[in-house]
Amino acid sequence: MENLVQIALQNVNLAAIMPSLVLVCFGMGLLLINVFLPRGTTRPAVWISLVGIVVTAVVTVQGWGNPQYGFSDAVALDNFATFFNVTFLLAAALTILMSDDYLRREGYAVNEYYPLILFTTAGAMWMASGTDMMTIFLGLEVMSISLYVLAGFFRGQSASNEAGLKYFLLGAFSTGFLLYGMALIYGVTGSTRLTEIGAYLNSHSSLLANPMTLAGLVLLSIGFLFKLGAAPFHMWTPDVYQGAPTPVTAFMSAGPKAAAFAAFLRTLEYCFFGLKPEWSAMLWVLAVLTMTVGNVIAISQTNIKRMLAYSSISHAGYALVGLVAANEIGYSGVLFYMLAYTFMNIGAFAVLILVGKQGEENLTLEGFAGLGYKRPLLGVAMSVFLFALMGLPPTAGFAGKFYIFAGAVKAGYIWLAIIGVLNSAVSLYYYLRVMVYMYFRDPTEDYAWISLPVSVLATIILAVIGCLYLGILPNEVMAMAKTAIF
Amino acid sequence: MLDSYLPIITLIVVALGFATGSIIFSRLVGQKKPSEVKLAPYECGMPPVGSARERFSVKFYIIAMLFIVFDIEVVFMYPWAVMFKRLGMFGFVEMGVFILILLVGYVYVWKKGALEWE
Amino acid sequence: METIFFYLVALVAVVSGFLVVRCQSPVNSALALVNTFFCLAVFYVMLYAPFMAAIQVIVYAGAIMVLILFVIMLLNLGTEARKRYTHGVVWAAIASLLVLVNVVFFIKRGRVTGAEGDITDYLIKTEGHTELIGKALYTEFLLPFEIASILLLVAIVGAVILAKKDV
Repeated sequence: MENLVQIALQNVNLAAIMPSLVLVCFGMGLLLINVFLPRGTTRPAVWISLVGIVVTAVVTVQGWGNPQYGFSDAVALDNFATFFNVTFLLAAALTILMSDDYLRREGYAVNEYYPLILFTTAGAMWMASGTDMMTIFLGLEVMSISLYVLAGFFRGQSASNEAGLKYFLLGAFSTGFLLYGMALIYGVTGSTRLTEIGAYLNSHSSLLANPMTLAGLVLLSIGFLFKLGAAPFHMWTPDVYQGAPTPVTAFMSAGPKAAAFAAFLRTLEYCFFGLKPEWSAMLWVLAVLTMTVGNVIAISQTNIKRMLAYSSISHAGYALVGLVAANEIGYSGVLFYMLAYTFMNIGAFAVLILVGKQGEENLTLEGFAGLGYKRPLLGVAMSVFLFALMGLPPTAGFAGKFYIFAGAVKAGYIWLAIIGVLNSAVSLYYYLRVMVYMYFRDPTEDYAWISLPVSVLATIILAVIGCLYLGILPNEVMAMAKTAIF
Repeated sequence: MLDSYLPIITLIVVALGFATGSIIFSRLVGQKKPSEVKLAPYECGMPPVGSARERFSVKFYIIAMLFIVFDIEVVFMYPWAVMFKRLGMFGFVEMGVFILILLVGYVYVWKKGALEWE
Repeated sequence: METIFFYLVALVAVVSGFLVVRCQSPVNSALALVNTFFCLAVFYVMLYAPFMAAIQVIVYAGAIMVLILFVIMLLNLGTEARKRYTHGVVWAAIASLLVLVNVVFFIKRGRVTGAEGDITDYLIKTEGHTELIGKALYTEFLLPFEIASILLLVAIVGAVILAKKDV
């Protein structure tokens, strides 16, 4: 036993959890500071959380190329985790920047919002760096529970209540699937460490065909696919995304989605590399379904927030294509795409926040009529985001889709790539419609209510820069993504 | 090993038997002279007012919620307590961190006034 | 002896599980659920996992049931819930049947030859179940354990934000 303590003590490697540790410390400090501040003062919370994210980002970036393992292999801060951690931190920072004014406008300037965002990000980090099922599960729970609360943050609005409740109930249900899958896999292999599971399945190849293993794989996948919002587990997405406060929606569709991809990718690659043909075939079907369902339903939406919700389903589908390809360019394409999607999606939501009126009003297509003339800068910014979401050059969306589909072609999934491109073509319709309203419709309003607070402006500018940088000069980031995969 | 539970089972059986036995026995032997007062639900000797099924305030809920969270915190302490001697200082620090984090929650709840009966 | 006892408890568990669904009053359903929880605790004991049994009673049958009862009182379901909801019963029945078939299939055909774990029967008897959990939790699973405290912290914050009168 003393021996065990010695081993455990040697395995404590704080460097392996440093980013999340810093973030959690800031979150807890923020909670404590908040209760001593007068009600409604949110400025300090915004600043402190931003400082926390910047400090964490500095710590995170230092870990690049210097992988740290620790806690008896429960966590690995490798390049893969670091790449995703940067994505989460960007998502969190952009979200926090655009939240304050929105929350004030809606009358919910509550301090706890910011620590919850930090905790969500920390949970996402544990998911991305977890190499043990328990770490991944607990990270997922920390992330999800914070998100349930954030989705239902507007207690007085029934739409937000519905979003929170729906997300909570279905999320708890899907977590059940995930846990069940983990239990079966543990039963088969006798370990929760991802590498040990992979090694055991590899050395006992008869177990690969065991119904228990397959059931475990399927149940695990269902749990993760739910969090990704992939069809047919996407039912919660539209209502939750529409009902949740807009910045929360932006955050949810970028950070936590990327976290689910990270954990899913790592689990598949570490544990189930022996079953690659099987899960590739399964994900092939789901990717096609996800892309198509998201795009087809998005066409008929007139509420832009809901339209973006459906489109986020289809974007999860595009990223799934990279998982199906299961090769270097496909995997690194997923990493790149999640980063690119963070910029374009959060940017689009930031414009939505500005155009919207108090009480989540004016989010329909009509509300954007003539925006391009009345507010040319906003119009240009929104156009960049829409181009990126469509996947047109010279934006990040194009580069991301290019890599993912290239990966699929390279792996021999030519039809999958064709379906993906066709789906992108379908998505042109509903994204372009927003632009048509912005530029070819006579304005019905003068958009006088749009004030441009510095923080939201910063979000939009950062997002535009991100979209264009990743679109014009994708090679550098892509090279990093390539060194980030296993 | 399961033999050690035999006394517990015996106790449960005896308790259940005694309870059901005395109810049945009093049914069979006792006299029944029901009146309206006797049949009324017992409410601390007061005359009953209204239905027992009243809507509870959400205040109870938040207290119960916080109770569960701290309850689970304590659950983590049982396996720690039996291993405490062998884990030594290492275990002490671990649990210290755990409790410190939850202490943040406790201070938060307290200062926020969630424990007050508002 | 043990087998008979197992079937006895299993019968009670299944019957009270059925009652949870069938009872007219939600309070009765909740009490039937307590019964199910107790039966599960007995199963844990029979599986040589007394710690799990204790947790089952303390957390589920104790704390969580209190919460469920509070919710029932909060919504005052006593009278309104008398209505019978029958929609989707057929689909639910089909789904449950499929799950049952599935489970039987796994038990009969799964041939699960799980890895020989470090925790053997002998170890449980000599070291003790709770001690082994403690050993694993506080050495090998140290990080998940500490993350659990963050999880509880988030739960506290969430409960206060969503349920407190004025935040």
